[in-house]
Amino acid sequence: MSESERKNELNRRQFLGNMLKTACGVGLVGLGLGAYSKRASSMPANYIRPPGALPEEDFLGACIRCGLCVRDCPYDILFLGEVGDEVATGTPYFIARSGPCEMCEDIPCVVACPTNALDHDLKDIEDSRMGLAVVIDQESCIAFHGLRCEVCFNVCPIRGRAISLDMQHNTRSGKHALFIPVVHSDACTGCGLCERACILEEAAIKIFPMHLAKGQLGKHYRLGWKEKDRAGEALVTPDAEHRYNLPEGVRYDLQGEGLIIEGEAEETPFSSNPLDTLNSGFMDK
Amino acid sequence: MVDMTTLGDDAIATKGWYKSHRFLILRRLSQLGILALFLTGPWFGLWIVKGNLASSLTLDVLPLTDPYVLLQAMLSGVVPETAAIIGVVIVLPFYILVGGRVYCSWVCPVNMVTDLAAWLRRKLGIRTTSQISRTTRYWMLTLTLILPLVVTGGIVWELVNPISMMFRGIVFSMGAAWIMIAGIFLFDLLVAKDSWCGHICPVGAFYNLVGIKSLLKVNALQRQACNDCMECYVVCPEPQVIKPALKGERKGPESRDSLF
Repeated sequence: MSESERKNELNRRQFLGNMLKTACGVGLVGLGLGAYSKRASSMPANYIRPPGALPEEDFLGACIRCGLCVRDCPYDILFLGEVGDEVATGTPYFIARSGPCEMCEDIPCVVACPTNALDHDLKDIEDSRMGLAVVIDQESCIAFHGLRCEVCFNVCPIRGRAISLDMQHNTRSGKHALFIPVVHSDACTGCGLCERACILEEAAIKIFPMHLAKGQLGKHYRLGWKEKDRAGEALVTPDAEHRYNLPEGVRYDLQGEGLIIEGEAEETPFSSNPLDTLNSGFMDK
Repeated sequence: MVDMTTLGDDAIATKGWYKSHRFLILRRLSQLGILALFLTGPWFGLWIVKGNLASSLTLDVLPLTDPYVLLQAMLSGVVPETAAIIGVVIVLPFYILVGGRVYCSWVCPVNMVTDLAAWLRRKLGIRTTSQISRTTRYWMLTLTLILPLVVTGGIVWELVNPISMMFRGIVFSMGAAWIMIAGIFLFDLLVAKDSWCGHICPVGAFYNLVGIKSLLKVNALQRQACNDCMECYVVCPEPQVIKPALKGERKGPESRDSLF
């Protein structure tokens, strides 16, 4: 081997060695980055993405962290994730309790997005699904105690459809109604106005990301009565009408009336309307 | 050996302070000026440029988008909006023509940090240096382009990119981003000379490739006047570009790493 060949050999070895060293170092960096990105893609449940945000995995690929949505939000509710936050660095989010989405009709944050991370196909803010409101704590929501509140129902921008009030019997007092707020996922946008408005120290109604808030029925499940409606007839053995062995002139109503004794109404001295009795006062006596 | 205590004295004596520092001053004006354009909005409510270096909108009409960030987004499967495409169509030809690493020296805010580290190294006479290959940055670049393809976390590099962090930190909110900046500063100061920008940073590597055929190059017009004081080699973070310009046969440098 000549001198120059030996020198070349040495250089080649050095070159290969250096390259391997660099590749290993960069590979390690890559491993670290990959692991870190996994951690960064799990957001806290109360961090909500702006309207039109793609599903989280796609969003993290599409969002270039420019902050234009933050700048164009007229209510300044959006923040960019900081280093150390449990949200991917530089990506936008809002916190419903302190600053909910005000549901602008022209959706300026979506218009500002240069990469479609906020989907430009979203034209009607009522179609957005930032998350879902959930009445998470029925023990502290005062509606469940029979107290009148209905604040979440009243501030809801899609009042009546996203949140409705379900009147239920108050078993404690025996004579009042409970006005229970019920959220409907087919209308709720997850804007968070209800969560901010909740009068409790800690909100009983909260916005959660869709994947945390929603359950899903097994795909094989069929609801018999819906299938029956759709088909126009029972798909299995037709329902036999239930027969009660009751005396003559007595019926049973399954929808809540209970036992009905025909002709009885005429025998009672009282009107079916209790107000008639009250209004009649002592005059009859 | 160049005497660090008298470094630059000759140049200042013959050309004057301003002429010796004019490119440094212009670069700082450019870097700080760009930051200022982004800051008049949040500070004074006067919106000239919105967004940050990744993507911005000037005076509500001119979109500018970083081609490197958009490339990563597209690798993770994104079809960008028109604004981002127009933004890249404006930015990319600019750097192709004037040289990609003009981004590093005239725009990037981290350059101010690494320049400060290099200056302090000279002043304090710190000589420690670890060998980091200049090819490391291309490995890094490859890595940042592969990660969006294989990892579900999307644009992975943007989780740690110190340029975005520093710029966003100043224009939006800093958070703990200063730790990253301080890390680069200390690494450049104590561990390896001019290590980050020219050796590791994949953004620099990307822009270097963009400017591979740039029209603008370093030139030494009066090369015969060179007295071999070697001070330029000490000051320059990319000294490999000087030799071809100063001593080479051709008029322009062979390297594309010209930062001015």
